[in-house]
Amino acid sequence: MTAIAATTARPAGAPIARRLTRLLERFALPVFTTLAVSYLLIPIAIMLVFSFNEPAGKYNFIWNQPSTYGWLHPLQWPGLPDAIGTTLVVAAASTLVATTLGTLMALSLTRYRFRGRGVLNGLIFLPMATPEIVMGASLLTLFVSSALPPLAGVVPQGIFFPLGLPTILIAHIMFNISYVVVTVKARVAGFDRHLEEAAQDLGANEWATFWRVTFPLIFPGILAAGLLAFSLSIDDFVITSFVSGTTNTFPIWTWSIIKNALPVQINVVGSIVFLSAVGFVVVSTFLQRRGR
Amino acid sequence: MTALAQARPAGPARSGGLRRRLLRATPYLLLLPGLLWLLVFFVWPSIQMFLVSVSAGSLEDGFRLTFTTKSYATALSRFPHQFGNSLLYSGLATVATFLIGFPVAYTVAFRGGRYKNLLLFLVIAPFFTSFLIRTISWKVLLGDEGPLLAFLKHVLHILPEGFSILGTPVAVVAGITYNFLPFMILPLYVALEKIDPRLIEAAKDLYASHWEAFRRVTFPLALPGVFAGSLLTFIPAMGDYVNATLLGTPQTQMIGNVIQNRFLITNDYPVAAALSFILMAGIFIAVSVYARVLGTEDLTG
Repeated sequence: MTAIAATTARPAGAPIARRLTRLLERFALPVFTTLAVSYLLIPIAIMLVFSFNEPAGKYNFIWNQPSTYGWLHPLQWPGLPDAIGTTLVVAAASTLVATTLGTLMALSLTRYRFRGRGVLNGLIFLPMATPEIVMGASLLTLFVSSALPPLAGVVPQGIFFPLGLPTILIAHIMFNISYVVVTVKARVAGFDRHLEEAAQDLGANEWATFWRVTFPLIFPGILAAGLLAFSLSIDDFVITSFVSGTTNTFPIWTWSIIKNALPVQINVVGSIVFLSAVGFVVVSTFLQRRGR
Repeated sequence: MTALAQARPAGPARSGGLRRRLLRATPYLLLLPGLLWLLVFFVWPSIQMFLVSVSAGSLEDGFRLTFTTKSYATALSRFPHQFGNSLLYSGLATVATFLIGFPVAYTVAFRGGRYKNLLLFLVIAPFFTSFLIRTISWKVLLGDEGPLLAFLKHVLHILPEGFSILGTPVAVVAGITYNFLPFMILPLYVALEKIDPRLIEAAKDLYASHWEAFRRVTFPLALPGVFAGSLLTFIPAMGDYVNATLLGTPQTQMIGNVIQNRFLITNDYPVAAALSFILMAGIFIAVSVYARVLGTEDLTG
Protein backbone atom coordinates (compact mmCIF):
# COMPACT_ATOMS: atom_id res chain seq x y z
CA MET A 1 0.00 0.00 0.00
CA THR A 2 2.69 2.46 0.99
CA ALA A 3 4.75 1.45 -2.01
CA ILE A 4 1.88 2.07 -4.38
CA ALA A 5 1.10 5.40 -2.84
CA ALA A 6 4.72 6.38 -3.00
CA THR A 7 5.19 5.52 -6.63
CA THR A 8 1.95 6.69 -8.12
CA ALA A 9 0.22 9.40 -6.22
CA ARG A 10 2.92 11.53 -4.62
CA PRO A 11 2.84 15.14 -5.71
CA ALA A 12 5.91 16.39 -7.55
CA GLY A 13 8.62 18.03 -5.45
CA ALA A 14 8.20 15.55 -2.66
CA PRO A 15 11.24 13.44 -3.61
CA ILE A 16 13.74 16.06 -2.46
CA ALA A 17 11.97 16.52 0.84
CA ARG A 18 11.71 12.79 1.20
CA ARG A 19 15.34 12.26 0.44
CA LEU A 20 16.21 14.87 3.04
CA THR A 21 14.10 13.17 5.68
CA ARG A 22 15.59 9.84 4.77
CA LEU A 23 19.06 11.31 5.08
CA LEU A 24 18.08 12.71 8.46
CA GLU A 25 16.75 9.38 9.63
CA ARG A 26 19.57 7.34 8.24
CA PHE A 27 22.52 9.46 9.37
CA ALA A 28 21.62 12.44 11.51
CA LEU A 29 19.64 10.51 14.11
CA PRO A 30 22.25 7.81 14.77
CA VAL A 31 25.03 10.40 14.89
CA PHE A 32 23.05 12.58 17.26
CA THR A 33 22.21 9.60 19.46
CA THR A 34 25.84 8.56 19.61
CA LEU A 35 26.82 12.07 20.63
CA ALA A 36 24.11 12.24 23.29
CA VAL A 37 25.05 8.87 24.73
CA SER A 38 28.70 9.97 24.81
CA TYR A 39 27.60 13.08 26.68
CA LEU A 40 26.00 10.75 29.24
CA LEU A 41 29.11 8.60 29.49
CA ILE A 42 31.85 11.27 29.52
CA PRO A 43 31.69 11.98 33.28
CA ILE A 44 31.88 8.25 33.96
CA ALA A 45 34.94 8.00 31.74
CA ILE A 46 36.46 10.96 33.59
CA MET A 47 35.78 9.24 36.91
CA LEU A 48 37.44 6.02 35.73
CA VAL A 49 40.43 7.73 34.12
CA PHE A 50 41.07 10.09 37.03
CA SER A 51 41.00 7.17 39.46
CA PHE A 52 44.43 6.37 37.98
CA ASN A 53 45.74 9.90 38.41
CA GLU A 54 48.36 10.99 40.86
CA PRO A 55 47.17 14.50 41.61
CA ALA A 56 49.82 17.19 42.00
CA GLY A 57 48.06 18.83 44.92
CA LYS A 58 45.16 17.97 47.18
CA TYR A 59 42.62 18.21 44.38
CA ASN A 60 42.28 15.52 41.77
CA PHE A 61 41.09 18.04 39.17
CA ILE A 62 43.96 18.15 36.71
CA TRP A 63 45.71 15.22 35.08
CA ASN A 64 49.24 14.89 36.42
CA GLN A 65 50.68 11.42 35.99
CA PRO A 66 49.36 7.86 35.94
CA SER A 67 49.40 5.93 39.20
CA THR A 68 47.68 2.96 40.76
CA TYR A 69 48.04 4.38 44.27
CA GLY A 70 44.32 4.99 44.68
CA TRP A 71 43.41 1.48 43.63
CA LEU A 72 46.02 -0.06 45.91
CA HIS A 73 44.90 2.05 48.88
CA PRO A 74 41.18 2.56 48.26
CA LEU A 75 40.31 3.26 51.91
CA GLN A 76 43.36 5.35 52.77
CA TRP A 77 41.62 8.45 54.02
CA PRO A 78 40.40 9.25 57.53
CA GLY A 79 36.68 8.67 57.89
CA LEU A 80 36.26 6.91 54.55
CA PRO A 81 36.02 3.30 55.85
CA ASP A 82 33.40 4.33 58.44
CA ALA A 83 31.42 6.23 55.84
CA ILE A 84 31.37 3.25 53.48
CA GLY A 85 30.38 0.94 56.34
CA THR A 86 27.49 3.20 57.33
CA THR A 87 26.35 3.48 53.70
CA LEU A 88 26.24 -0.29 53.32
CA VAL A 89 24.46 -0.86 56.64
CA VAL A 90 21.87 1.82 55.86
CA ALA A 91 21.36 0.53 52.32
CA ALA A 92 20.94 -3.10 53.42
CA ALA A 93 18.62 -2.34 56.34
CA SER A 94 16.50 0.23 54.53
CA THR A 95 16.20 -2.03 51.49
CA LEU A 96 15.03 -4.93 53.64
CA VAL A 97 12.42 -2.91 55.54
CA ALA A 98 11.22 -0.81 52.60
CA THR A 99 10.95 -3.83 50.31
CA THR A 100 8.90 -5.73 52.89
CA LEU A 101 6.55 -2.86 53.70
CA GLY A 102 6.26 -1.80 50.06
CA THR A 103 5.56 -5.33 48.79
CA LEU A 104 2.76 -5.78 51.33
CA MET A 105 1.25 -2.48 50.24
CA ALA A 106 1.55 -3.37 46.56
CA LEU A 107 -0.19 -6.71 47.17
CA SER A 108 -2.99 -5.03 49.02
CA LEU A 109 -3.44 -2.29 46.42
CA THR A 110 -3.50 -4.58 43.41
CA ARG A 111 -5.55 -7.47 44.72
CA TYR A 112 -8.29 -5.87 46.76
CA ARG A 113 -10.90 -3.28 46.05
CA PHE A 114 -11.60 -1.08 49.02
CA ARG A 115 -12.50 2.49 49.76
CA GLY A 116 -9.69 5.01 49.76
CA ARG A 117 -7.52 3.23 47.21
CA GLY A 118 -7.31 6.35 45.09
CA VAL A 119 -6.20 8.48 48.02
CA LEU A 120 -3.64 5.86 48.96
CA ASN A 121 -2.20 5.69 45.46
CA GLY A 122 -1.89 9.46 45.62
CA LEU A 123 -0.14 9.30 48.97
CA ILE A 124 2.33 6.76 47.61
CA PHE A 125 2.97 8.88 44.52
CA LEU A 126 3.59 12.09 46.49
CA PRO A 127 7.06 11.29 47.90
CA MET A 128 8.27 10.57 44.36
CA ALA A 129 6.91 13.91 43.14
CA THR A 130 8.30 15.97 46.02
CA PRO A 131 11.75 17.50 45.60
CA GLU A 132 14.21 15.72 47.83
CA ILE A 133 15.20 18.92 49.54
CA VAL A 134 11.64 19.45 50.77
CA MET A 135 11.41 15.91 52.15
CA GLY A 136 14.78 16.22 53.85
CA ALA A 137 13.89 19.60 55.28
CA SER A 138 10.53 18.47 56.62
CA LEU A 139 12.02 15.37 58.25
CA LEU A 140 14.68 17.53 59.86
CA THR A 141 11.96 19.87 61.13
CA LEU A 142 10.09 16.96 62.65
CA PHE A 143 13.18 15.45 64.25
CA VAL A 144 14.33 18.74 65.72
CA SER A 145 10.85 19.74 66.87
CA SER A 146 10.56 16.45 68.71
CA ALA A 147 13.26 17.67 71.08
CA LEU A 148 11.58 21.05 71.64
CA PRO A 149 8.41 21.93 73.51
CA PRO A 150 5.56 21.08 73.01
CA LEU A 151 6.65 17.73 71.53
CA ALA A 152 9.62 17.16 73.85
CA GLY A 153 9.24 13.88 75.68
CA VAL A 154 6.57 12.48 73.35
CA VAL A 155 9.13 10.51 71.36
CA PRO A 156 11.80 8.77 73.43
CA GLN A 157 15.27 10.26 73.06
CA GLY A 158 17.64 8.51 70.70
CA ILE A 159 15.13 7.75 67.93
CA PHE A 160 14.38 11.17 66.43
CA PHE A 161 17.01 13.13 68.27
CA PRO A 162 19.97 13.44 68.26
CA LEU A 163 20.27 12.91 64.50
CA GLY A 164 22.28 9.91 63.38
CA LEU A 165 21.98 6.38 62.10
CA PRO A 166 18.33 5.89 63.18
CA THR A 167 17.16 9.07 61.49
CA ILE A 168 19.06 8.22 58.30
CA LEU A 169 17.38 4.81 58.30
CA ILE A 170 13.93 6.31 58.86
CA ALA A 171 14.44 8.68 55.93
CA HIS A 172 15.79 6.04 53.55
CA ILE A 173 12.97 3.62 54.31
CA MET A 174 10.48 6.43 53.75
CA PHE A 175 11.69 7.49 50.30
CA ASN A 176 12.24 3.89 49.22
CA ILE A 177 8.73 2.61 50.06
CA SER A 178 7.05 4.41 47.15
CA TYR A 179 9.53 3.11 44.59
CA VAL A 180 9.07 -0.43 45.88
CA VAL A 181 5.27 -0.19 45.75
CA VAL A 182 5.33 1.08 42.16
CA THR A 183 7.82 -1.57 41.00
CA VAL A 184 6.11 -4.52 42.66
CA LYS A 185 2.65 -3.31 41.58
CA ALA A 186 3.76 -3.45 37.95
CA ARG A 187 4.68 -7.10 38.43
CA VAL A 188 1.57 -8.11 40.38
CA ALA A 189 -0.66 -6.41 37.82
CA GLY A 190 0.51 -8.69 35.03
CA PHE A 191 -0.13 -11.79 37.05
CA ASP A 192 -2.50 -14.62 36.13
CA ARG A 193 -4.91 -15.05 39.02
CA HIS A 194 -6.07 -18.42 37.67
CA LEU A 195 -2.81 -19.93 38.90
CA GLU A 196 -3.81 -19.15 42.47
CA GLU A 197 -7.31 -20.47 41.92
CA ALA A 198 -5.81 -23.67 40.55
CA ALA A 199 -3.63 -24.06 43.64
CA GLN A 200 -6.63 -23.55 45.89
CA ASP A 201 -8.71 -26.00 43.87
CA LEU A 202 -5.95 -28.49 44.48
CA GLY A 203 -6.44 -28.00 48.20
CA ALA A 204 -3.81 -25.43 49.12
CA ASN A 205 -4.87 -22.96 51.79
CA GLU A 206 -4.23 -19.20 51.44
CA TRP A 207 -0.89 -19.39 53.22
CA ALA A 208 0.44 -22.26 51.10
CA THR A 209 -0.92 -20.65 47.95
CA PHE A 210 0.90 -17.44 48.74
CA TRP A 211 4.28 -19.00 49.44
CA ARG A 212 4.19 -21.74 46.81
CA VAL A 213 2.51 -19.86 43.94
CA THR A 214 2.15 -16.12 44.41
CA PHE A 215 5.50 -15.33 45.97
CA PRO A 216 7.68 -17.18 43.44
CA LEU A 217 5.78 -15.50 40.62
CA ILE A 218 6.14 -11.97 41.92
CA PHE A 219 9.67 -12.53 43.24
CA PRO A 220 11.40 -10.97 40.19
CA GLY A 221 9.41 -7.81 40.86
CA ILE A 222 10.41 -7.84 44.52
CA LEU A 223 14.03 -8.39 43.58
CA ALA A 224 13.96 -5.52 41.10
CA ALA A 225 12.36 -3.30 43.74
CA GLY A 226 15.00 -4.30 46.26
CA LEU A 227 17.84 -3.51 43.85
CA LEU A 228 16.29 -0.16 43.04
CA ALA A 229 15.90 0.64 46.74
CA PHE A 230 19.49 -0.38 47.42
CA SER A 231 20.90 1.78 44.67
CA LEU A 232 18.74 4.77 45.65
CA SER A 233 19.93 4.37 49.21
CA ILE A 234 23.67 4.16 48.57
CA ASP A 235 23.50 7.19 46.29
CA ASP A 236 21.23 9.43 48.33
CA PHE A 237 22.82 12.71 49.23
CA VAL A 238 20.21 15.44 49.56
CA ILE A 239 17.78 13.89 52.05
CA THR A 240 20.58 12.27 54.02
CA SER A 241 22.42 15.57 54.33
CA PHE A 242 19.47 16.96 56.28
CA VAL A 243 19.00 14.09 58.71
CA SER A 244 22.50 12.67 59.20
CA GLY A 245 23.72 14.91 62.03
CA THR A 246 27.39 14.04 62.49
CA THR A 247 27.11 10.54 60.98
CA ASN A 248 28.75 10.19 57.57
CA THR A 249 27.58 8.12 54.64
CA PHE A 250 29.80 7.96 51.57
CA PRO A 251 28.02 10.80 49.70
CA ILE A 252 27.97 12.96 52.84
CA TRP A 253 31.64 12.27 53.44
CA THR A 254 32.43 13.16 49.82
CA TRP A 255 30.55 16.42 50.11
CA SER A 256 32.36 17.41 53.30
CA ILE A 257 35.81 16.46 52.01
CA ILE A 258 35.62 18.32 48.68
CA LYS A 259 35.77 21.63 50.51
CA ASN A 260 39.40 20.88 51.39
CA ALA A 261 40.56 18.17 49.02
CA LEU A 262 39.46 15.84 46.27
CA PRO A 263 41.16 12.54 47.08
CA VAL A 264 41.63 10.05 44.28
CA GLN A 265 39.91 7.49 46.54
CA ILE A 266 36.55 9.10 45.74
CA ASN A 267 37.06 8.15 42.09
CA VAL A 268 38.22 4.69 43.08
CA VAL A 269 35.20 3.97 45.28
CA GLY A 270 32.89 5.43 42.62
CA SER A 271 34.54 3.26 39.98
CA ILE A 272 34.21 0.15 42.14
CA VAL A 273 30.49 0.81 42.64
CA PHE A 274 30.03 1.49 38.92
CA LEU A 275 31.94 -1.59 37.78
CA SER A 276 30.15 -3.89 40.23
CA ALA A 277 26.76 -2.58 39.09
CA VAL A 278 27.68 -3.06 35.44
CA GLY A 279 29.08 -6.50 36.19
CA PHE A 280 25.90 -7.42 38.01
CA VAL A 281 23.73 -6.36 35.04
CA VAL A 282 25.92 -8.18 32.54
CA VAL A 283 25.95 -11.40 34.58
CA SER A 284 22.21 -11.34 35.22
CA THR A 285 21.46 -10.66 31.55
CA PHE A 286 23.68 -13.56 30.61
CA LEU A 287 22.00 -15.87 33.11
CA GLN A 288 18.57 -14.79 31.88
CA ARG A 289 19.53 -15.53 28.28
CA ARG A 290 20.76 -18.96 29.22
CA GLY A 291 17.68 -19.66 31.32
CA ARG A 292 15.42 -19.06 28.36
CA MET B 1 -8.22 -13.19 47.26
CA THR B 2 -11.44 -11.92 48.87
CA ALA B 3 -13.33 -13.03 45.83
CA LEU B 4 -11.82 -16.47 46.19
CA ALA B 5 -12.62 -16.67 49.85
CA GLN B 6 -16.23 -15.78 49.16
CA ALA B 7 -16.56 -18.18 46.29
CA ARG B 8 -15.33 -21.15 48.24
CA PRO B 9 -17.85 -22.91 50.42
CA ALA B 10 -17.19 -22.55 54.13
CA GLY B 11 -15.73 -25.90 55.03
CA PRO B 12 -15.55 -27.22 58.53
CA ALA B 13 -12.12 -25.76 59.15
CA ARG B 14 -13.09 -22.25 58.12
CA SER B 15 -16.26 -21.83 60.08
CA GLY B 16 -14.65 -19.53 62.66
CA GLY B 17 -15.88 -15.95 62.56
CA LEU B 18 -12.43 -14.76 63.62
CA ARG B 19 -10.86 -16.25 60.56
CA ARG B 20 -13.38 -14.65 58.28
CA ARG B 21 -12.94 -11.32 59.99
CA LEU B 22 -9.17 -11.68 59.59
CA LEU B 23 -9.61 -12.38 55.90
CA ARG B 24 -11.78 -9.33 55.50
CA ALA B 25 -9.16 -7.23 57.29
CA THR B 26 -6.29 -8.60 55.18
CA PRO B 27 -6.06 -5.67 52.74
CA TYR B 28 -5.87 -3.22 55.62
CA LEU B 29 -3.41 -5.33 57.61
CA LEU B 30 -1.11 -5.55 54.60
CA LEU B 31 -1.26 -1.81 54.13
CA LEU B 32 -0.89 -0.82 57.75
CA PRO B 33 2.90 -0.88 58.35
CA GLY B 34 3.86 0.93 55.16
CA LEU B 35 0.99 3.36 55.46
CA LEU B 36 1.97 4.19 59.04
CA TRP B 37 5.54 4.79 57.94
CA LEU B 38 4.42 7.22 55.23
CA LEU B 39 1.99 8.97 57.57
CA VAL B 40 4.52 9.39 60.37
CA PHE B 41 7.57 10.20 58.24
CA PHE B 42 6.08 11.94 55.23
CA VAL B 43 2.74 13.48 56.15
CA TRP B 44 3.51 14.43 59.73
CA PRO B 45 6.83 16.13 58.84
CA SER B 46 5.03 18.17 56.18
CA ILE B 47 2.46 19.30 58.73
CA GLN B 48 5.20 20.00 61.25
CA MET B 49 7.10 22.06 58.70
CA PHE B 50 3.97 24.05 57.90
CA LEU B 51 3.45 24.74 61.61
CA VAL B 52 7.05 25.91 61.96
CA SER B 53 6.69 28.15 58.90
CA VAL B 54 3.89 30.04 60.66
CA SER B 55 5.60 30.06 64.04
CA ALA B 56 7.78 32.65 65.71
CA GLY B 57 10.89 31.89 67.70
CA SER B 58 14.16 30.15 67.12
CA LEU B 59 15.87 26.84 67.57
CA GLU B 60 17.22 27.89 70.96
CA ASP B 61 13.98 29.10 72.56
CA GLY B 62 11.60 26.75 70.78
CA PHE B 63 8.87 27.74 68.35
CA ARG B 64 5.60 29.41 69.36
CA LEU B 65 2.71 28.82 67.02
CA THR B 66 1.51 32.35 66.26
CA PHE B 67 0.14 31.88 62.73
CA THR B 68 2.29 34.74 61.58
CA THR B 69 2.98 35.14 57.88
CA LYS B 70 6.18 37.04 58.56
CA SER B 71 8.40 34.16 57.39
CA TYR B 72 6.57 34.00 54.07
CA ALA B 73 6.95 37.74 53.59
CA THR B 74 10.68 37.49 54.35
CA ALA B 75 11.10 34.48 52.10
CA LEU B 76 9.37 36.14 49.17
CA SER B 77 10.98 39.54 49.51
CA ARG B 78 14.56 38.53 50.22
CA PHE B 79 15.23 35.81 47.66
CA PRO B 80 13.59 36.76 44.35
CA HIS B 81 16.96 36.37 42.63
CA GLN B 82 17.38 32.76 43.75
CA PHE B 83 13.76 31.90 42.92
CA GLY B 84 14.34 33.41 39.50
CA ASN B 85 17.52 31.40 39.01
CA SER B 86 15.74 28.18 39.99
CA LEU B 87 12.90 28.75 37.56
CA LEU B 88 15.21 29.86 34.76
CA TYR B 89 17.83 27.12 35.11
CA SER B 90 15.29 24.33 35.66
CA GLY B 91 13.19 25.56 32.74
CA LEU B 92 16.20 25.80 30.43
CA ALA B 93 17.49 22.41 31.56
CA THR B 94 14.07 20.83 30.98
CA VAL B 95 13.94 22.24 27.44
CA ALA B 96 17.52 21.11 26.82
CA THR B 97 16.86 17.57 28.10
CA PHE B 98 13.83 17.43 25.81
CA LEU B 99 15.75 18.63 22.76
CA ILE B 100 18.53 16.15 23.41
CA GLY B 101 16.33 13.38 24.75
CA PHE B 102 13.61 13.22 22.10
CA PRO B 103 15.81 12.32 19.12
CA VAL B 104 17.62 9.78 21.29
CA ALA B 105 14.40 8.17 22.53
CA TYR B 106 13.03 8.21 18.97
CA THR B 107 16.13 6.55 17.58
CA VAL B 108 16.20 3.89 20.30
CA ALA B 109 12.48 3.16 19.95
CA PHE B 110 12.23 3.07 16.14
CA ARG B 111 15.77 2.50 14.89
CA GLY B 112 17.30 0.66 17.83
CA GLY B 113 17.09 -2.76 16.23
CA ARG B 114 19.31 -5.20 18.00
CA TYR B 115 21.16 -2.40 19.78
CA LYS B 116 18.01 -1.32 21.60
CA ASN B 117 18.87 -2.94 24.93
CA LEU B 118 22.48 -1.87 24.78
CA LEU B 119 21.46 1.73 24.08
CA LEU B 120 18.96 1.70 26.95
CA PHE B 121 21.65 0.30 29.19
CA LEU B 122 24.02 3.11 28.20
CA VAL B 123 21.31 5.67 28.87
CA ILE B 124 20.85 4.44 32.44
CA ALA B 125 24.56 3.76 33.02
CA PRO B 126 25.02 7.13 34.76
CA PHE B 127 22.70 5.87 37.51
CA PHE B 128 25.34 3.30 38.38
CA THR B 129 27.60 6.03 39.69
CA SER B 130 26.90 8.44 42.43
CA PHE B 131 25.15 11.68 41.52
CA LEU B 132 27.80 13.63 43.44
CA ILE B 133 30.72 11.96 41.68
CA ARG B 134 29.18 12.61 38.28
CA THR B 135 28.79 16.26 39.13
CA ILE B 136 32.37 16.40 40.42
CA SER B 137 33.43 14.86 37.10
CA TRP B 138 31.78 17.77 35.33
CA LYS B 139 33.80 20.10 37.52
CA VAL B 140 36.93 18.26 36.38
CA LEU B 141 35.84 18.26 32.74
CA LEU B 142 34.83 21.93 32.62
CA GLY B 143 37.67 23.24 34.80
CA ASP B 144 39.75 26.14 33.50
CA GLU B 145 42.66 23.75 32.91
CA GLY B 146 40.48 20.64 32.58
CA PRO B 147 40.52 18.29 29.59
CA LEU B 148 38.03 20.29 27.52
CA LEU B 149 39.20 23.87 28.00
CA ALA B 150 42.92 23.01 28.10
CA PHE B 151 42.51 21.36 24.71
CA LEU B 152 40.60 24.29 23.23
CA LYS B 153 43.00 26.83 24.71
CA HIS B 154 46.43 25.31 24.30
CA VAL B 155 46.06 22.91 21.41
CA LEU B 156 43.51 24.51 19.14
CA HIS B 157 44.05 28.07 20.41
CA ILE B 158 40.46 28.96 19.70
CA LEU B 159 39.73 30.21 23.18
CA PRO B 160 41.47 33.01 25.08
CA GLU B 161 43.55 32.09 28.14
CA GLY B 162 41.15 33.58 30.65
CA PHE B 163 38.06 31.83 29.31
CA SER B 164 36.11 29.75 31.81
CA ILE B 165 32.82 27.91 31.93
CA LEU B 166 32.83 26.90 35.58
CA GLY B 167 31.06 29.44 37.70
CA THR B 168 28.75 30.57 34.91
CA PRO B 169 25.04 29.79 34.57
CA VAL B 170 25.98 27.74 31.49
CA ALA B 171 27.88 25.27 33.66
CA VAL B 172 24.98 24.98 36.12
CA VAL B 173 22.42 24.42 33.37
CA ALA B 174 24.72 21.91 31.64
CA GLY B 175 25.16 20.02 34.90
CA ILE B 176 21.43 19.89 35.60
CA THR B 177 20.72 18.89 32.00
CA TYR B 178 23.25 16.11 32.27
CA ASN B 179 22.04 14.83 35.62
CA PHE B 180 18.39 14.59 34.61
CA LEU B 181 18.69 13.60 30.94
CA PRO B 182 17.99 9.88 31.57
CA PHE B 183 14.80 10.86 33.41
CA MET B 184 13.64 12.54 30.20
CA ILE B 185 14.78 9.84 27.79
CA LEU B 186 13.19 6.88 29.58
CA PRO B 187 9.55 8.09 29.71
CA LEU B 188 9.86 9.37 26.12
CA TYR B 189 11.15 5.98 25.06
CA VAL B 190 8.33 4.17 26.86
CA ALA B 191 5.73 6.41 25.17
CA LEU B 192 7.28 6.11 21.70
CA GLU B 193 7.81 2.38 22.00
CA LYS B 194 4.11 1.87 22.70
CA ILE B 195 3.02 3.55 19.46
CA ASP B 196 1.52 1.11 17.00
CA PRO B 197 3.58 1.47 13.80
CA ARG B 198 0.43 0.75 11.79
CA LEU B 199 -0.91 4.16 12.85
CA ILE B 200 2.06 5.84 11.22
CA GLU B 201 1.69 3.68 8.13
CA ALA B 202 -1.99 4.59 7.97
CA ALA B 203 -1.09 8.27 8.07
CA LYS B 204 1.29 7.79 5.18
CA ASP B 205 -1.28 5.82 3.25
CA LEU B 206 -3.49 8.84 3.66
CA TYR B 207 -0.82 10.93 1.93
CA ALA B 208 0.80 12.41 4.98
CA SER B 209 4.44 13.22 4.37
CA HIS B 210 7.04 11.80 6.67
CA TRP B 211 7.16 15.02 8.62
CA GLU B 212 3.39 15.39 8.76
CA ALA B 213 2.98 11.85 10.01
CA PHE B 214 5.46 12.66 12.75
CA ARG B 215 3.83 15.95 13.65
CA ARG B 216 0.20 14.76 13.58
CA VAL B 217 0.53 11.15 14.72
CA THR B 218 3.81 10.21 16.39
CA PHE B 219 4.36 13.34 18.43
CA PRO B 220 0.82 13.66 19.84
CA LEU B 221 0.97 10.01 20.86
CA ALA B 222 4.27 10.64 22.63
CA LEU B 223 2.86 13.55 24.64
CA PRO B 224 2.32 11.52 27.84
CA GLY B 225 6.04 10.73 27.73
CA VAL B 226 6.88 14.38 27.16
CA PHE B 227 4.75 15.30 30.14
CA ALA B 228 6.20 12.63 32.45
CA GLY B 229 9.77 13.34 31.35
CA SER B 230 9.39 17.07 31.87
CA LEU B 231 8.04 16.58 35.39
CA LEU B 232 10.76 14.08 36.28
CA THR B 233 13.32 16.66 35.16
CA PHE B 234 11.76 19.91 36.25
CA ILE B 235 10.67 18.97 39.78
CA PRO B 236 13.99 17.63 41.06
CA ALA B 237 15.85 20.38 39.19
CA MET B 238 13.84 23.05 41.01
CA GLY B 239 15.02 21.73 44.37
CA ASP B 240 18.57 20.99 43.32
CA TYR B 241 21.49 22.77 44.92
CA VAL B 242 24.35 20.36 44.22
CA ASN B 243 24.94 21.54 40.64
CA ALA B 244 24.69 25.19 41.62
CA THR B 245 27.15 24.68 44.47
CA LEU B 246 29.73 22.64 42.61
CA LEU B 247 29.55 24.23 39.18
CA GLY B 248 28.39 27.75 40.00
CA THR B 249 29.20 30.74 42.15
CA PRO B 250 27.18 32.64 44.80
CA GLN B 251 25.58 34.56 41.90
CA THR B 252 24.19 31.39 40.39
CA GLN B 253 22.64 30.11 43.64
CA MET B 254 19.26 28.51 43.37
CA ILE B 255 16.49 28.37 45.93
CA GLY B 256 17.73 24.97 47.08
CA ASN B 257 20.98 26.59 48.19
CA VAL B 258 19.05 29.05 50.33
CA ILE B 259 16.85 26.36 51.89
CA GLN B 260 19.84 24.15 52.62
CA ASN B 261 21.80 27.06 54.06
CA ARG B 262 18.96 28.28 56.25
CA PHE B 263 18.22 24.83 57.64
CA LEU B 264 21.71 23.49 58.14
CA ILE B 265 23.91 26.52 58.70
CA THR B 266 21.98 29.52 59.98
CA ASN B 267 19.25 27.43 61.67
CA ASP B 268 16.58 29.87 60.53
CA TYR B 269 13.84 27.25 60.49
CA PRO B 270 10.67 29.37 60.01
CA VAL B 271 11.97 31.18 56.92
CA ALA B 272 13.50 27.98 55.53
CA ALA B 273 10.21 26.13 56.03
CA ALA B 274 8.34 28.98 54.33
CA LEU B 275 10.78 28.83 51.42
CA SER B 276 10.16 25.08 51.08
CA PHE B 277 6.41 25.62 50.91
CA ILE B 278 6.77 28.42 48.39
CA LEU B 279 8.96 26.11 46.31
CA MET B 280 6.29 23.40 46.42
CA ALA B 281 3.60 25.95 45.51
CA GLY B 282 5.76 27.24 42.65
CA ILE B 283 6.25 23.73 41.31
CA PHE B 284 2.55 23.00 41.64
CA ILE B 285 1.60 26.16 39.72
CA ALA B 286 4.22 25.57 37.03
CA VAL B 287 3.07 21.97 36.57
CA SER B 288 -0.61 22.94 36.36
CA VAL B 289 0.10 25.65 33.80
CA TYR B 290 2.21 23.19 31.84
CA ALA B 291 -0.52 20.54 31.92
CA ARG B 292 -3.03 23.17 30.74
CA VAL B 293 -0.74 24.28 27.90
CA LEU B 294 -0.09 20.73 26.80
CA GLY B 295 -3.84 20.55 26.63
CA THR B 296 -4.57 17.11 27.99
CA GLU B 297 -5.82 16.72 31.49
CA ASP B 298 -5.80 12.95 31.32
CA LEU B 299 -2.08 12.74 30.54
CA THR B 300 -1.29 11.74 34.08
CA GLY B 301 -3.70 8.81 33.97
